[in-house]
Amino acid sequence: MRIFDPHIHMTSRTTDDYEAMYAAGVRAVVEPAFWLGQPRTSPSSFYDYFDSLLGWEPFRAAQYGIAHHCTIALNPKEANDPRCTPVLDQLPRYLVKDNVVAVGEIGYDSMTPAEDTALAAQLQMAADAELPALVHTPHRDKLAGLHRTIDVVRESALPLDRVLLDHLNETTVKDAKDAGCWLGFSVYPDTKMDEDRMVALLKEYGPEKVLVNSAADWGKSDPLKTRKVGDAMLAADFTEDQVDQVLWRNPLAFYGLSGRLDLDVADTDATHEGNSILRGGE
Amino acid sequence: MTRTPSLAALRAGLETALDPDARAWLDQSLTEAADHKADSGQGPVPTWELRFAQAGRRCGPEHADDARLLLLHAARADTATLTRLYEQGTAAERRAVLRTLDHLVPGPEALGLTEDALRTNDTSLVAAAVGPYGAEHLGAHAWRHAVLKCLFTGVSVDEVAALADRARGDAELARMLGDFARERTAAGRPVPADLQRVLALTEVSAETSAETCTETSVETSAVEAPGASSTEPLTRAGAPTEPPSEAAPAASAASPQES
Ligand SMILES: [Zn+2]
Repeated sequence: MRIFDPHIHMTSRTTDDYEAMYAAGVRAVVEPAFWLGQPRTSPSSFYDYFDSLLGWEPFRAAQYGIAHHCTIALNPKEANDPRCTPVLDQLPRYLVKDNVVAVGEIGYDSMTPAEDTALAAQLQMAADAELPALVHTPHRDKLAGLHRTIDVVRESALPLDRVLLDHLNETTVKDAKDAGCWLGFSVYPDTKMDEDRMVALLKEYGPEKVLVNSAADWGKSDPLKTRKVGDAMLAADFTEDQVDQVLWRNPLAFYGLSGRLDLDVADTDATHEGNSILRGGE
Repeated sequence: MTRTPSLAALRAGLETALDPDARAWLDQSLTEAADHKADSGQGPVPTWELRFAQAGRRCGPEHADDARLLLLHAARADTATLTRLYEQGTAAERRAVLRTLDHLVPGPEALGLTEDALRTNDTSLVAAAVGPYGAEHLGAHAWRHAVLKCLFTGVSVDEVAALADRARGDAELARMLGDFARERTAAGRPVPADLQRVLALTEVSAETSAETCTETSVETSAVEAPGASSTEPLTRAGAPTEPPSEAAPAASAASPQES
């Protein structure tokens, strides 16, 4: 089973996780820029984080045979903090980087005017940079948040079919699908979505444009949830081809809209020089 | 890699390797770079700098280094520009900047970039930092630590420019290598094969190196007799973490936690 986790925060994970992910079939990941649990107090803190997503983290991933790309954005939570909003002015210079495959995570957290501004501005940046967008849907007041999100996208320069609406569930999937967006599901231990609910949704709505992710980060989460969904799909009589569509081809197609995916880990920066790594200096 | 090929050779190599679209993109980008006005550091990002960022996806990752090097040349990037591109660059862009320093910066004024790269644990940056510019300008202490870092992180010493010239007769480097070998041996871990190579280079006798070497030949028997002349207690504090197990293909990699 080959797996592309389209939403995982590897910065918060260990090398044991990389190893286990590879063993489970994960060969590619996208790491969206998000908040770190601890609020940032200056734009510089974001730039170091973005640089890490474009430098150190792909290097780490490549050592474990996993291709790493990222999405870059000012996240909705910190879009409310005036100490952080100057980041918006610097985003265009990051969005041209080779490894950036979408603008994200953007979207709503508390649905404030500051979040409106940041979302609209960043949808425009995605259109300008010819990138798709990864849009987070809020945890509180979710259905209202989804409707407002779709309305803002509709008014933007970015077509709905270049938008992945993430953290969907039973209450939001239908409207997201009707809008023509890509459909993201974060499968967590305990909350959001579990394997069995995910399989039930796949039965009802089909595998088209559906992406499943672990959204694993610094909170309670499981970087192997993608594999567990694949196993649950097979147990529920989905074919291997359908599993491949959801866990590999759909994420490939969505992020492929950027024209920037390079899944050949042997050719990544790290292992390009890193034939020296492979020799094993230790 | 101790010599950077000539620009004409690089350009010719790229012209044959790239497909027509990429070749046209590169030609256009090089023209933009050559024509750009010295920028004030204000205002929008110059077009050629955007091209510099995009070189990987336009030319393919295997040709990106060469394309970026040509762009920096065509733009006659000065130290301030190189520094900005490095600081705002991805790992691949930083590597390209490091590789052009010996072409574009005659003096040691860009050494801060080399030193920054040597502080990272990304082996691609460490390898670029020990190229010709580092060989030319790094002081003795920093250069020895760079060589040792290559051995720690698994960067081949083939990457170290002017290795033989700088290592010849370097008694302090020989001592550091001997201590490192003892530490490894004490930990029951293999000594990197490259270590013996570098050690041999430090040992060149007076008659073969009389013209460049002012220091005397080095006592290196400590390596053959581990622990025999160690003057400092062995410590595990600096011991790198063990590499991960065999499950992943590259998992025998040198540990990036090495610091
Ligand atoms: Zn997330």
